[in-house]
Amino acid sequence: MWPEFMEHRRTRLPSNIESHRLCVDREQWLQAAEGLHESGARLLTLWGADDRDRDRCFRIYAAYLLPKSMMVVEHAIADTTIPTYPSIASAFPAALRMQRAVYDLLGISTEEADTRAWLRHGGWPETVFPLRRDVDGKQQYPVIAEPYPFLAVEGDGVHEIAVGPVHAGTIEPGHFRFSVVGEKVLRLEERLGYTHKGVAKLFENLPQQEGQRLAARVSGDSAVAFSWAYCAALESTTSTTCPAKAIKLRALALEHERLANHLGDLGALGNDAGFAFGLTHFSRLKEDLLRTNAQVFGARYLMDYIVSGGVAIDLPDRCRGLLSRQYLNLEQEVTGLRAIYDEHAGVQDRFRDAGRLDHDLAQRLGAIGLTGRASGVACDLRVDHPWRPYDSSQPKLVMQTSGDVAARVQVRFDEIFESLRLCRVFLEDLSSGSVQIVVPLAEPNRLGIGLIEGWRGPVMIALETGTNGSIRRCHAHDSSWQNWPLIEYAILGNIVPDFPLINKSFNLSYSGQDG
Amino acid sequence: MFDVLSRMLRTGILTEPLPTPAKPPHAETLQNNLWKILGRALCIRHVDAGSCNGCELEIQALNNPYYNLEGAGIKFVASPRHADLLLVTGPVSVNMEEALKRTYNAIPEPKLVIAVGDCGACGGVFGQSYASRGGIASVIPVHRTISGCPPDPAAILLGILEAVRNMRSEV
Repeated sequence: MWPEFMEHRRTRLPSNIESHRLCVDREQWLQAAEGLHESGARLLTLWGADDRDRDRCFRIYAAYLLPKSMMVVEHAIADTTIPTYPSIASAFPAALRMQRAVYDLLGISTEEADTRAWLRHGGWPETVFPLRRDVDGKQQYPVIAEPYPFLAVEGDGVHEIAVGPVHAGTIEPGHFRFSVVGEKVLRLEERLGYTHKGVAKLFENLPQQEGQRLAARVSGDSAVAFSWAYCAALESTTSTTCPAKAIKLRALALEHERLANHLGDLGALGNDAGFAFGLTHFSRLKEDLLRTNAQVFGARYLMDYIVSGGVAIDLPDRCRGLLSRQYLNLEQEVTGLRAIYDEHAGVQDRFRDAGRLDHDLAQRLGAIGLTGRASGVACDLRVDHPWRPYDSSQPKLVMQTSGDVAARVQVRFDEIFESLRLCRVFLEDLSSGSVQIVVPLAEPNRLGIGLIEGWRGPVMIALETGTNGSIRRCHAHDSSWQNWPLIEYAILGNIVPDFPLINKSFNLSYSGQDG
Repeated sequence: MFDVLSRMLRTGILTEPLPTPAKPPHAETLQNNLWKILGRALCIRHVDAGSCNGCELEIQALNNPYYNLEGAGIKFVASPRHADLLLVTGPVSVNMEEALKRTYNAIPEPKLVIAVGDCGACGGVFGQSYASRGGIASVIPVHRTISGCPPDPAAILLGILEAVRNMRSEV
């Protein structure tokens, strides 16, 4: 089980959930990963930092989710000429792409054989590592395209279909390389990173009190989750306790975000299965909810609702009735539509067995969030690590075990009803009082973590403070990192025309992954 | 089936009048204008050049029953070669620069380009950096911008309609 050093040397880390920090040497870095893997931990994220200006080393961090807490393992790399660290991908396969991204941004590498760039597509020279402190992140370089060899599948009748980065619809860009025989998919390889916007470097030019604006735009459909995670990280480093009302309003906004996305997805999934009626009705319900958001929170999409110390505006009193009616209406409508989906033979024929990700594989590859819950992986931060105000609202875990498109549809349906229940609870206990307090400037060189269960899964912000209210380093992580590689497995044996449906059933963020 | 039909009947037609700043809006008038200018429906190709995906959500909403874009004779198409208008979101990430240029070049003349959102208009919170070229106009010619973060569907619809009205002079 756990090596002994892990018990004694860990210290508490400021966060909205119980967290610890453990500083290890090179050998222990791997031992810790293996020990954590054996205890059933999942990898949350991996990031690096250039601290040569402070103590002449690079740092690599890995955050793990344990059944009752979170642990950040930190390793200082003293060799700054050729900085390396041991790969943790044998225990946590999800680390592979994260390690490649760390190299692209910081130039610290592992011994892994796959050295293809992940975020750098020739848009800046391979000798430039943008997150290093001696690199000016503002300089622009001409794009010099570099080859990116995909693994070739050989055999009689095997051919490749290259799709993207520009896709045939209003969706984000990414490249999918299918190796197929006839219609059947033998292999899929994803290439992402097209929407890399240098978010991590941009954070370093922002004052602490404004970081949530950028965090909200890491992945627009998860704006509430990201901005809350950022604020939670900042507030925990400064030991700020937000007013009870603000916390409930944040949770209300987070559940509205979940509802809006689930409604949109259920409509799109019906449409991808040839049932346009579903799209019409779910997109109508989603629009109703967004219009309610505009009245209640002041915007359809809550990009700037969550601010440090609370929320931007109080809930107008007249909106309580409006919200109750909205919830009741949604509940009735979704119940009716669910019955239609469930009983529609054509729709069910497309949903069932398509894109199956079985439990063992999901567990082994570190599936997380909604994708995990549809494959029987019981993990929901709101349930396992409830932070304020979820600690007093007893959220219920929603789970399915079949791991196919149908399971991901059912999880969304069930989560809509659970979200509506939570919204009613938060609305009912909404006390009076202020909705924002002042957050003091954080001490320099403090690390804080914000971890929020967004609608897709855990969203994390690791914030390291600088001097005079600046941000020294900020790492934003979307659960899409973990779940993107799983689609490469879920598609195997399916036919190419089912890919849009299967991909939609995961509905992962490109922008959230690319950063 | 009964449930499906009865729900359609109960819901009725939700489509709202098209937004215009001055004249009373009419889907039919717009359709007639499109017919005069193009002789067919207006075809839009959307490209996400590096957006956070917020603008995409509002563009998708244009097809919901309230805005009913297709009802006004405007549709999204899969290929740039079928498009009259390019709707671009996001700052242009350096990784999408080439793909955006190629998509633009693949659209037959005459073509219109609309940059959607604050990022599309000027780079937004992302600005220009090692990874971002900033607004769309720094990479391809832009005829019109629709600001907002994200702009709501009515604003996007209005921007598209105005671009169409001025099509003869703009193209």
